[in-house]
Parts: sequence; C-alpha cells; structure tokens
Amino acid sequence: MSNILEVSNLTKTYSSGSKSLTVLSDISFTIQSGDKLSIVGSSGSGKTTLLGLCAGLDRATSGSVILNGISLDKLNEDERAYVRNQHVGFVFQNFQLLPTLTAVENIMVPMELRREKGIRKKALELLDRVGLAERHDHYPTQLSGGEQQRISIARAFSNNPQILFADEPTGNLDEETSEKIEHLLFELNRESGTTLVLVTHDLDLAKKTDRIIKLKGGMVLHPSDQLATENG
Amino acid sequence: MDKKISIPNQKVAWQWVFLMAWRDARKSRSRLFLFISSIVIGIAALVAINSFSDNLQSDINSQANELLGADLELASNDSSFRYPVIEEMSHEVSYENSFASMIFFPKNQESRLVDVRALEGAFPYYGKIETEPADAEATFRDGTRKALVDQSVLVQYNVGIGDSIRIGRVLFKIEGSLISSPSQSIGATLVTPAVYIPMAYLKETELIQKGSRVYYRRFYKFNDPPADFNIDDQIRTDSDSLRAARISSETIRERKEETGDTFEDLADFLNLVAFVALLLGCVGVASAVHIYIKEKIRLVAILRCLGASGRDAFYIYLSQIGAIGLIGSILGAIVGTFIQTVLPRVFADFLPVDVTFSLSCPSILGGVLTGLFVSILFALSPLIAVRRASPLITLRGIQESGKRKIDKAQWLIYGFIFLFIVGFAFIQIGSIRDSLIFTLFIGLAFGFLAGIAKIIMWLVKRFFPDSWSYVWRQSLANLHRPNNQTLVLISSIGLGTALITTLYFIQALLINEVEITTNNDRPNLMIFDIQSHQVDAINTKATERGLPILQSVPIVTMRLSSVNGITYKQVLEDTSINMRGGMFRREWRVTYRDSIIASEELTSGTLKMLESRSEELNEKYKDIVLVSLEEDYVERNNLKLMDTLVWDVQGVPITTQLGSTRKIDWQMVQTNFLALFPTEVLEQAPQFHVLITRVKSTEEGALFQRDIVKEFPNVSVIDVGLILNTIDDILDKIAFVIRFMALFSIITGLLVLISSVILSKFQRIKESVLLRTMGGSRKQILSINSLEYFFLGSLASLSGILLAMLGSWGLAYYSFNSTFVPNILPIITVYLIITCLTIIIGLFNSRGIISKPPLEVLRNEIQ
Ligand SMILES: Nc1ncnc2c1ncn2[C@@H]1O[C@H](COP(=O)(O)OP(=O)(O)OP(=O)(O)O)[C@@H](O)[C@H]1O
Ligand SMILES: [Mg+2]
Repeated sequence: MSNILEVSNLTKTYSSGSKSLTVLSDISFTIQSGDKLSIVGSSGSGKTTLLGLCAGLDRATSGSVILNGISLDKLNEDERAYVRNQHVGFVFQNFQLLPTLTAVENIMVPMELRREKGIRKKALELLDRVGLAERHDHYPTQLSGGEQQRISIARAFSNNPQILFADEPTGNLDEETSEKIEHLLFELNRESGTTLVLVTHDLDLAKKTDRIIKLKGGMVLHPSDQLATENG
Repeated sequence: MDKKISIPNQKVAWQWVFLMAWRDARKSRSRLFLFISSIVIGIAALVAINSFSDNLQSDINSQANELLGADLELASNDSSFRYPVIEEMSHEVSYENSFASMIFFPKNQESRLVDVRALEGAFPYYGKIETEPADAEATFRDGTRKALVDQSVLVQYNVGIGDSIRIGRVLFKIEGSLISSPSQSIGATLVTPAVYIPMAYLKETELIQKGSRVYYRRFYKFNDPPADFNIDDQIRTDSDSLRAARISSETIRERKEETGDTFEDLADFLNLVAFVALLLGCVGVASAVHIYIKEKIRLVAILRCLGASGRDAFYIYLSQIGAIGLIGSILGAIVGTFIQTVLPRVFADFLPVDVTFSLSCPSILGGVLTGLFVSILFALSPLIAVRRASPLITLRGIQESGKRKIDKAQWLIYGFIFLFIVGFAFIQIGSIRDSLIFTLFIGLAFGFLAGIAKIIMWLVKRFFPDSWSYVWRQSLANLHRPNNQTLVLISSIGLGTALITTLYFIQALLINEVEITTNNDRPNLMIFDIQSHQVDAINTKATERGLPILQSVPIVTMRLSSVNGITYKQVLEDTSINMRGGMFRREWRVTYRDSIIASEELTSGTLKMLESRSEELNEKYKDIVLVSLEEDYVERNNLKLMDTLVWDVQGVPITTQLGSTRKIDWQMVQTNFLALFPTEVLEQAPQFHVLITRVKSTEEGALFQRDIVKEFPNVSVIDVGLILNTIDDILDKIAFVIRFMALFSIITGLLVLISSVILSKFQRIKESVLLRTMGGSRKQILSINSLEYFFLGSLASLSGILLAMLGSWGLAYYSFNSTFVPNILPIITVYLIITCLTIIIGLFNSRGIISKPPLEVLRNEIQ
C-alpha cells in the first residue's frame, strides 16, 4: 500500500514579539492509504496544530508534509485549496456548516467546487445515509448540534476524499449522540475506504482506530512506549 | 515521491459564484439592503439634481424668447436714437421709458423709491408680464390711470390692489401686483422695484425734465423677416456704429446665454451638493460592507477549507454587492426622479423660466451607472479582505489579527478612489484645480475625523476610569474594543454634521457682515436728485429734525469726448490705438470739491495747481483744470498724470488735465466718485445734489421721507435699512434652498447612521445575550447600549462641529476678510439633535435583543 500522508521533521513555532513558542517539534510519521489513525494528547499538546498542518490549512516553520504524493509546503494558498477540494474531507468539533445554506446545499458545495454534475441527487442520498433526508431544506440554525454534525459528515464524504481529517468530532456532543456520530463516521469510512485522521481526547474512541499517535508538549511519544503504557 | 500538482487553469465558475452569491444573500437580504440605503439617497440626489439642471437648461433654450419678450431690445439714454436697418423692416415695436422716482401711497402717507416704467405697445410679444390677478397685465392697458406695482412693495407698505399710488402729479390705481416680467433681474429690483404705468400719462407726472436720467428701451418683434435675416449677424455687423451711437442691444440668443451663464453657478452649487450626498453614501457603503464582510469571514474560511479559491470567494461577494448596488441605484434613480418634481418649487424665486418636468435619460442612466460603480469601488477596500481569509479560522475561531500590511491591491483601490473623486468633481464643477482642492478638503476632513476617532480610542484605553460603575465602564469600553463602530460613526456622522453646521455658520456670517455695515453712525438715508434750488430747503428740513448732514454733494453728469486728442471714433476706427472704449461710453457722474474725504486717499499728484512765485507762470496755468481719477481706473485704462481729458458736459466741452489719482474705499456707504473736479468749474452746469444723513429709526426715516417727498416730488430717497431688509429676505430664501439641499446630506448621514448601527448591532448582540443569560437586567443592558450611543453621538457631532468651526474660520478669514465668531445656539441645537438621533436609532435597533428570549438569539447568532 502507498503512503497517503508523509510527515517528516515537522516543526511549528509561533512567535509573538520577542518570545517564540514551539508548539510542535520535529514530528515525523506516515500513514498508509486506508489506515485509521488517531492523535491523542492533553489539551494544548498541539493536536489541532498538527492536524491543520497535515491538511494544508497552515504552513509549518520547517519540515514537510506530503499528501498523496504532493508536497504541500511548496504550494500557495489557492493550490492547497485545490488539493483539499480534490483529496481531503473535514469534520470539525463545532461543525462549521455554512449558516446561509440549507442542509442539502451545504453538502453540495464541495462537489460544486469540483464542477461535478448531477450532484443534488448524490447530496440527497448522502443526506438520507445520515438519516436526515426530510430536513434537506433546513438551515443550520434549525438543526440540533448532533444533526449539524451529521450534515457535516455527509459533506465531508461528498467529494469522495482519500483522506478525512476530524478534529474532536464529538467534542461538543453528549455521550449518546457521540456514539451515533462515531458509528456513522467509521461506517462511512469503511464503505468508502477513506483514510481517517482523528483528533480526540477520548481514549476509548482512539482505541477503535488502527494506530494512535500520542502528543506531549509538541513531541510524539514513541508508539511502542505508548503501547507499552497502554497495555501495562 | 513528490508529484508536482498544478491547478487546472480554470475560468471562474461564474454560474456557481452567482448561485452562491444568491444563496448567501437569501439570509442576509435585509442587511444587504441596509448598505444600499445610503447609495439610494446619494443617487437620488444626483439624479434629481442632474435631471433638474438638464431640464432647466432645455427650458431656458425653449423659452428663450420669453426671457426677452421680443426679438430685439435696443436701449439708450437718448430718447431720439435711431437704428435705420431695423426700422426699415416690417416690425412691431413697444417703448419703455424708465427712471427712478419716488412713489407715494396716499393710504398711509408713505413713499418709496421705485423704477417707474412707462410702457407703450404690446410688449412682451413672447411670454407675458406675470401679475396677480393674472389678467391685470391686460386690463392695466385699458387707457386709464392704472399701474402694476412690484409685489414686494405692496407687502412692505401694506397696500393692496385697488389702492392708489401717486407718481409725480398723477394718481394711479393699483391694478395688479407685479410678480415678474421679462427683462428684470433680482439685483436690480432690490433697490428699485418696478412699477409699470401707461406711457400716455408719463408727461402728466411732470417728472421728466431736462437732465432727468431716463433710460429709453425699445422692444422689436419682426413680422416675417426674410429667410436669410439673422438678427445676431445684423447686430454684429452694425456693432461699431451702434456703439458709437451709444445704443445697447440685446437679442434672444444673447439673453439666453446670459441666463444660462447665471444658472451655471447655481448648477455648480447643486452638483456639489449632490456630490457630497453621494460621497456620504460612499462612506456608508464602505462602512456597511466592512462590517458585513467581517461577519462573513468565517463563512469564507469554511469555503476555503472545502477548497474554494480566494478568487471565487471574492467574486461571490463582489457579485452580491454589485447586484445590490445596481438595485439600489435603480431605486435611487426612481426616488430622484420624484424629488426632481419638487425642485422647481424650491427654486421658484430664482428661476427665470418655468421648469417643466421631463425624464432625463442621460441623468438617470448616468446616476445608475455611477451608483453601481461607487458601490463596487467603495466596497472593494473591505472586500479584498475576503481573499486573505485563512481557512485556519475554522479551527481557531477567529483570524489572528496580526499587523496586516496594506497590500498592493489596497493601494490601488485607494488610488482609484482618489481618481474617482477628482474625476467626478471635475465632471460636476468643470475645473481641475477646483476639483483637486475639493478632493483635498474632503480628504483633510476625513483625515481629521478619523484622527479624532483614533485619538479617542487611544485615550479611552490609556486612561480607562477603572473606578466607574459597571454600566459606565462597559459602555465606555465598547468604544475601543474589537468590532467597535467608533471610527465609522465618527467619520460619517461627523462629516454630515460638519456640512450642516458650516452652512449655518456661513449664513450667520453673511448676515452679520451686512449688519455691521449698518451699524451706529454710518449713513443710512440718501436723498438723490435734489435740484440746486432745493438744496438749502432740504438741508434746513433735515437740521430742523435734528438729522446730521453727513454729506451734501453736487453731481454733474458728463461724458468723456477725447483723451490726449483721441476721440472715441478714432479708437473704434484705428485698432493701433491702445485705448479702451469703455471710458467714452460710460456716463460719468462727477462731483466737485477741493479736498478729499474720509473714504479717499490721495495716491499721486495734486488736487490744485501750486501757486508759483512767478506771476507769469500763474497766469499761464490759470485756466488749467486738474481732475482726479481713481487709481485702479487710471491703471486699467493706461492713463498717466497730465493726460489731457476733454469732457462733454451736456453740450459744453471742458478741457482738463489728470492732476491726481485717489484710492477709494468703496465699501463705505457714501457717495464715491471715480472722477473729481475742482471747484469753480462746474457750478453753473446742470446738476443735482445728494444729501446723506442718518436716521435713528425706520419711523424717523419714514416721517422725514414723507415730509420731503410731499414738497419735492422729484427727489428720490434710498433707505438703506429697507434695502437691508430686502437683502435679509433674499438671504432667507437662499438659506432655505441651501438647507433643503443640505437635507440630502442629512438624510444620507442618518441612513449611514442607521445602517451602521443595525449592522453593528450583530456585533453586540452576543454580548448582550450573554449578559442577560448571566442575569443582567433589561435596564442594565439598555443603559449600557444607550450610553454607548450617547458617547458615539456626542463624539461624532462634536468632532463635526469642531471641523465646521475650523472650516468656517478659514472661510471667514480667507474669503470674507472677517473674523468668525461661532454662535452658541446652533451649536447646541445641532449637538443635541444629532446625539439624540444616534441614541434613538441605536436603541430602536437594539430593542430586538432585549425583548427576545436569549436562547432564540443565541441560536440565530452562534451557529
Ligand atoms: N496563533 C497562535 N499563537 C501562539 N500560540 C498558539 C497559536 N495557536 C496555538 N497556539 C498554542 O499552541 C499550543 C497547541 O495548540 P493546539 O490548539 O494545537 O492544542 P490542542 O492539542 O489542539 O489542544 P486542545 O485539546 O485543547 O484542543 C497551545 O499551547 C496554544 O496556546
Ligand atoms: Mg484542539
């Protein structure tokens, strides 16, 4: 299997004035196509930062990210946007639906950006898949948090991404709803064979993935160390 | 492995861009319409004024013959003038002999100086003399003793139709009040309003005697002139001989151009007003879009996450704003077309023609295009932020507001805005220099207001009163916290306030100026046309009443017949002679005395020949007469000391030498003379005298006038106080017009205020809701909001007033040569009105937050 994501020697430093804060230092790992990976770590350990860099939402201070064979750090913002549209899907902790678009329109946007045809039908199918077919012309404000997250998952899968990034997709939801959402996410992921990168606090959730990367103070605890601690 | 990717070089997916623009606009429609409301008024003003100007111009063209009332007007001071070419053509002619005279109202024993116009013939041939009642202009010609009297005189002296007036020895019945007639300008009617009488009774009045100053006009209408006859060409051909015969002429074309020129200034003024309203609208657009885009940034970030390019996102909002701008401009054009129908009524007192209503397509189209253009141009600056929206916002909440450099595109937009303002000002006022100055002033004004806003924010932050109560601290802090409206509101409301206040100040300044000239011991009553044998009697009457004789001077009228032996005829025939014809054409009014007076200053030469010790020399120069002319006049006409000037004093030639030059302060109300003769030359010439005195009250003036005019019906009295009253009236009318036009700016300012308050309400909403959720009472939230708007309104109006004071001071100092003393009342009024409006509008718009349950608002806002 080929590597869908190669991260090597990734470092991110924020500097404000004279002070500089290294949030990620020298991180390297690879993910193979179809893998499920979770990133865990305490709050402030750099999970979101790492996810943002992998998805090409931000630029690293040094090191490289190669996504599906494309080196992201050489691209400008619009080229990265294009890459995201072609290969990447997102699920956010706070859903991030477009507030002025209806449910079905939200799902259609990534496909529209790819200039696909016959997308409304596909969007409605996806909507049906997440169980919200009859809510298609509702606006996000008319939906509950869990419902919004289901729409957002449908949107994430609408452009058949090779890789899906999810930043604490259940962080804002209650336990029961969280379970439903997790279930939906894994199921859709399995059906489409997408690579999944999941950021979470929830170790139980993390254990459902193939691999776990544990961050601490901006560094990766070695997987073996981690497994050892886990099992021990 | 590292593949190179390249984005397929796709064209903008316009269909999708428009679709997204539409989808997004669905939920923001009301807010989008807010941002165009300011454009609507700006464009309405523009379309209304441009259409009005267009119609005015075309009405002047189409009604040109009614402006003159005839095909040709000839005039002279000589009753027997001839113009054979015209007389030989088939024509109709009317005669009008006009002269200044007192009229007397038997009803209340008062009298007034007027311009008596004795009319014979059917003039006007085009249009008509407008009277009240309308048929008076016809019935007054029925052959009996009837007169048409200027309406302002009837009002001033409280006389009405059917009452009588005495002119000289004849009693006339007032047949109608004169509203307007062709050949009558506002300026002329100020001092001497017109009174028409039939020519048949002119002689009976016994006012026309030898030496009386009468102006003889003839109005011609040609019957079937030959096809190749053009009156303008004819006049041009004969211009020299007409000039030599001292006949002045005016044709329809000349009158039309003259009128057009006069109204050019009015049009310039109106255009500037429209432009300022439009600029305020532009400020509204820029600020509204600024706030709007700020709210949309998160949405753009999501789109970027999903893979939209910055370009696409930019076009989505550009097309939204373009479409809304277009709708706004069309609405504006419609509103403007309605306002246009009101303008002729507003300007009624100043218009020479009846302005008709018609749609002016160039104005409407121009207005719509301008509106579309400015909406986009002024939206661009906040709009390009869309391109920079980082997709990271989706993960981080808000964009880090690091010091963002102003990029190239931003500078480019500023450049375009500058070019637009200069260019548009140029189109509206037609002078590069003036439009640059105008742009500079607008720029300075904005810079000033923005500076004040920045300083205030800094001050509030720096010296924050930590000890104040919560409500005060909260509302004060709102001035500088993120998403504050301080800059936007202070510059938009401030500029509107400044414009209105400046208008007030300048008006007060003008009125003040006029009042100063009438102060304390300045002369305010002048009696003209006193004959030599009446001087002593009138002086005695004045003294008896305790009135000071400030001046009593003789006036002799004469003409210049040659300068250094060169006559007018030679000047006309020989173009190599460097001499101006004006000297010969004017009727000189000259006085004689041996000394200079307070308003004069001798600048060169001498008034009297110095006595020499040599009897021989004294004898030789005995007959030399030295005259004195005004300095500037001497320079303008290339004269020098000791030039020989020969005068024609009503038939008698008098040879003089230019002995001296004087500087004259014309602004003093006094009889001043270009030319001054020495004594012992003109004493025997036909002359009249002028007496200048000062009365302490209008009643005293009226009594004295009544006394004099009864006994000496030939004299004319000018009551300066009366003229000033009339000037006040006219200033009032002008002020009304100016205020009406300023209304455009005020309304635009208010709309800018409303829209920025409503738009920014969404910034404050979350906070207010959170406060309520945490238990803040309605009263507390209301107080916080009203205090914030109180601060904003106060700061904005005070900054505007300050700007207006600076501007008025500058205008007073540089343009009127006087000092500017601000009057407190309008300042307080403007301050209170603007501040209260801001608070009211602000609160009116926040009422939604207070009355709705917090949850509903939270769901709507925090999506
Ligand atoms: N723009 C920034 N400037 C400076 N420091 C930043 C910036 N963004 C993030 N950080 C810091 O980087 C560190 C990592 O942040 P990050 O959001 O990646 O943590 P996280 O692991 O996602 O935490 P959480 O589980 O709470 O979401 C934090 O200490 C944060 O304060
Ligand atoms: Mg995080």
